[in-house]
Amino acid sequence: MATMQFDLVSPERKLASLEASEVQIPGSEGDFTAMADHSPVLTTLRPGVLTVKAGSDVSEYIVTGGFVEVSPKATSVLAEQAVPKAEASADFVNGLIADAEAAAKNVSGPDLDVANKRISDTRALLDLI
Amino acid sequence: MASLKDLKMRIESVKGTRKITKAMQMVAAAKLRRAQEAAEAARPFADRMNVVMGNLAGASAGSESAPKLLAGTGRDDVHLLIVATSERGLCGGFNSSIAKKARVDAEKLLAAGKTVKILTVGKKGREQMKREFAEHMIDHVDMSEVKRLGYSNAQDIANDVMARFNAGEFDVATIYYSEFKSVIAQIPTALQLIPAKFEADEQAEAPFYDYEPGKEEILADLLPRALTTSVFAALLENAASEQGARMSAMDNATRNAGEMIDKLTIQYNRSRQAAITNELIEIISGAEAL
Repeated sequence: MATMQFDLVSPERKLASLEASEVQIPGSEGDFTAMADHSPVLTTLRPGVLTVKAGSDVSEYIVTGGFVEVSPKATSVLAEQAVPKAEASADFVNGLIADAEAAAKNVSGPDLDVANKRISDTRALLDLI
Repeated sequence: MASLKDLKMRIESVKGTRKITKAMQMVAAAKLRRAQEAAEAARPFADRMNVVMGNLAGASAGSESAPKLLAGTGRDDVHLLIVATSERGLCGGFNSSIAKKARVDAEKLLAAGKTVKILTVGKKGREQMKREFAEHMIDHVDMSEVKRLGYSNAQDIANDVMARFNAGEFDVATIYYSEFKSVIAQIPTALQLIPAKFEADEQAEAPFYDYEPGKEEILADLLPRALTTSVFAALLENAASEQGARMSAMDNATRNAGEMIDKLTIQYNRSRQAAITNELIEIISGAEAL
């Protein structure tokens, strides 16, 4: 099976860099899966779970915001915050929800919709862990 | 001429100082390694961010709907200088060189009739900027409680700066920090944050991306993150520079203390010898007189 280079980086460190066969990405406009020879896409992330499959190895990460760059040969995920799902606790997600709610307090208009979406996306994470 | 006892005490005290500076040097070396690793780890993110922003910004430059963070307010009357320095001293010319660069630029701007506002990060820079620009200081970010520099620290600063920008408090923001070249070379640098500047890679042909949502939404979403990344990168560079500067400053101090000890020891031995000779002369002349 064809593979592609997959990189997951957060501002503080590089979390993963491997040959992956497919990557499931929580895009802001909906989830999608990137595989080798995918057409180039640049999209933003919503809070969600990112799943990376390399052969039979599956790793999952909780990501908050950021963006993804998909090209035929490589997929790079630049996440604002990313943690392996196994390490994420309910406390951690609650912290994220609190952050999202705090961010929503100071905005209005169309920004408020964005902020509310972030809150609900983050809340949804609680069910996933 | 200092007495023998005084000299002895002097030597002991300088030895004590040498021990302290030596210890500080070693602590700085360990911290420097950590700071460098942190800076190294942050680089892939910043690099990719810059490439993508370069592509996006290049495409939307000149368009009227370009976000303000990128296009600016169209004026450059009010400048915000963000002066990032350390919380602690004893690191050679690190803080002074950053403050000096900021001061020179501030004076230039003032001479050109612009309004200057100063936001300081780190206690040492605030002390230095306050002397001349006390009436221009608008705020200070205290980093003394920060043990390990994280992205969230940069986020707090960036959010504060963006909130001020959106409130129309300034037109141009520049951050002053020290770029880490090596242990002996740290270069004070000014980086313009707002309006954001990205170096578009002219050679690399941008692939035809599908943008989801649209290009402009992505740009609007990423600009604040790119700004935060720039602040974070600057803070990390600063942290590494601080430790590098402290390490070489303490290395110098240790060497100077060593030289001083040598000099004092020679002086001590000479005076001791002189005292002994004196006593002998007294004894001998006493004996001869009999």
